[in-house]
Amino acid sequence: MRKLPTWVNALGLFALTLLYLPLIGVVIQSFNDSRVGLAWKGFTFKWYERLWLNADIHQAAWNTVVVATVSTVIATVLGTALAFGLARLPWTRRNLTAFDNVLYLPVVTPEIIMAAALVVMISVMRHVHTIFDFGLPIIIIGHVTFQISFVALTVRSRLASLPANLDEAACDLYSGGWNLFRRVTLPLAMPGITAGALLAFILSLDDFVITYFTAGPRITTLPIFIYASQRKGITPEIHALSTVMLLCTVVLVFIAVRFVNGKRGHTPANG
Amino acid sequence: MPETPPLVVWRGNLSTAARLRRIGVFCVSPAMLWLGFFFILPLLMLLAIAFATRSPSGGVEWAFSIDAFKRLAGFGSFGWSPANGYILLRSLWIASATTAICMLLAYPLAFFIATRPARTRMFWLIALTVPSWTNLIVRTYAWLILLGPESVIARVAAALGFSDPGDALFPSTFATLLGMITAFLPFMAMPLYSAAEKLNWNLVEAAQDLYGGRWRTFRHGILPQTSSALFVGVILTFIPAMGMFIVSDILGGARFMLIGNLIQTQFAFGSGNPPYAAAISLVLILFTLLIIALFSRFGGKREELV
Repeated sequence: MRKLPTWVNALGLFALTLLYLPLIGVVIQSFNDSRVGLAWKGFTFKWYERLWLNADIHQAAWNTVVVATVSTVIATVLGTALAFGLARLPWTRRNLTAFDNVLYLPVVTPEIIMAAALVVMISVMRHVHTIFDFGLPIIIIGHVTFQISFVALTVRSRLASLPANLDEAACDLYSGGWNLFRRVTLPLAMPGITAGALLAFILSLDDFVITYFTAGPRITTLPIFIYASQRKGITPEIHALSTVMLLCTVVLVFIAVRFVNGKRGHTPANG
Repeated sequence: MPETPPLVVWRGNLSTAARLRRIGVFCVSPAMLWLGFFFILPLLMLLAIAFATRSPSGGVEWAFSIDAFKRLAGFGSFGWSPANGYILLRSLWIASATTAICMLLAYPLAFFIATRPARTRMFWLIALTVPSWTNLIVRTYAWLILLGPESVIARVAAALGFSDPGDALFPSTFATLLGMITAFLPFMAMPLYSAAEKLNWNLVEAAQDLYGGRWRTFRHGILPQTSSALFVGVILTFIPAMGMFIVSDILGGARFMLIGNLIQTQFAFGSGNPPYAAAISLVLILFTLLIIALFSRFGGKREELV
């Protein structure tokens, strides 16, 4: 075991504390029986009950889940096909470089640029078809656009890690074509596809910028709801909502550890 | 007799070049068309409207002009003003400070996790992943509680004379910086952790054996082994920090404008100026391209960015 100087460990723990301090604050306040102020006035579930009865939040939660699910399904199908096409078929070096450039561009582009570009597109195309107008379809389109690259790159690195002689062995056993894809390549690629889909799902749940720019005045998702509420003044209900979202994140992280790192045969000891 | 196309063997499959090409195009084109239509095309449109004219209603008129760039350079309807220069400098300053402080915190954090025993390392790794997957809006507005007038931090700051008693610590540069640091710290720490996990400690010991002090041990034993991860961390921090508008909006207040806030307000309907917003976006794109070019120039691999 390598020993680090004590001050390095202390600084590391301080950094982690800095990440958790605000989150802990939110969780505590969500159980505080006080409408304004930090002073502790007793434990309550009242804010969670109000949350449960708030129809606006139901609608926002529903929108968030619909956007994340639909966009993840589309992005996973498109991204997996792309990864398979790039990793398993002969392309010239020039073609591959061109595909790569397109693929990495959404990864490095600041979100606000993607959002701004989509707004410009909406303003031109909304007259062509209503699908291009502000609202759920264009939010989903925006999310798929940044998800594709992450799915494709995750799946491709999984495909690249599989030795080519697996395919050759399967072909020696009279597999080939669609059968080879369906029975050999796809099952082997599955951990990568799951990881990519999970990453895409989380990216969509977390997105604020693109949704905010493309939602228009009528559509709300949970991050937009929280953003709008903190402008009007935070209520403890928002803390309760944030705590629920935090809980969902923790669950998703554990699912990811369980499924994606499953191949290492290692589950968290302190889970 | 019709000529049969030459057969090729590809990964054990007997096929023809034409068939392989057909399958390849079939797999690749849906995603590529999607990105072309919903990413490249909108970007080109953004580029195009930077050279168009603002219509009186706050929309776009397709008449060529470079008004947006004039305004970007500070020439407004009331003569030249340095306001835009300040916003650009402020964005650069905040993004650089965020990146630097994240670096200083991420190294100890990454090495702390990497040196935990195998049993508990997963726990610490999860502890680092949870905040990075938590919604940024939640993580940002959460600071409003801790920096509020009644909070311990605000009282300590008042007692030390940094602020007036009873005042909140937001909106302020300090609050913005704090929000930015906690927003990006996981993205700096993650790549550094991967490098720290694979670190060859013999080199660190060699540096110590050769009487290297703390700094020189780090400089020659650790930095060269982690420099590419550090570069990845810088890209994942600096580029989004330059385009950030949520943190500065929530914690910095209305007058604390960054490039991101400027783009956001100029896209507002009616009151905005889309060509101007597009011109500012262009500046941000150029910055991004410059940093990515530097990254490739110094041998960075793009695979590390995901």
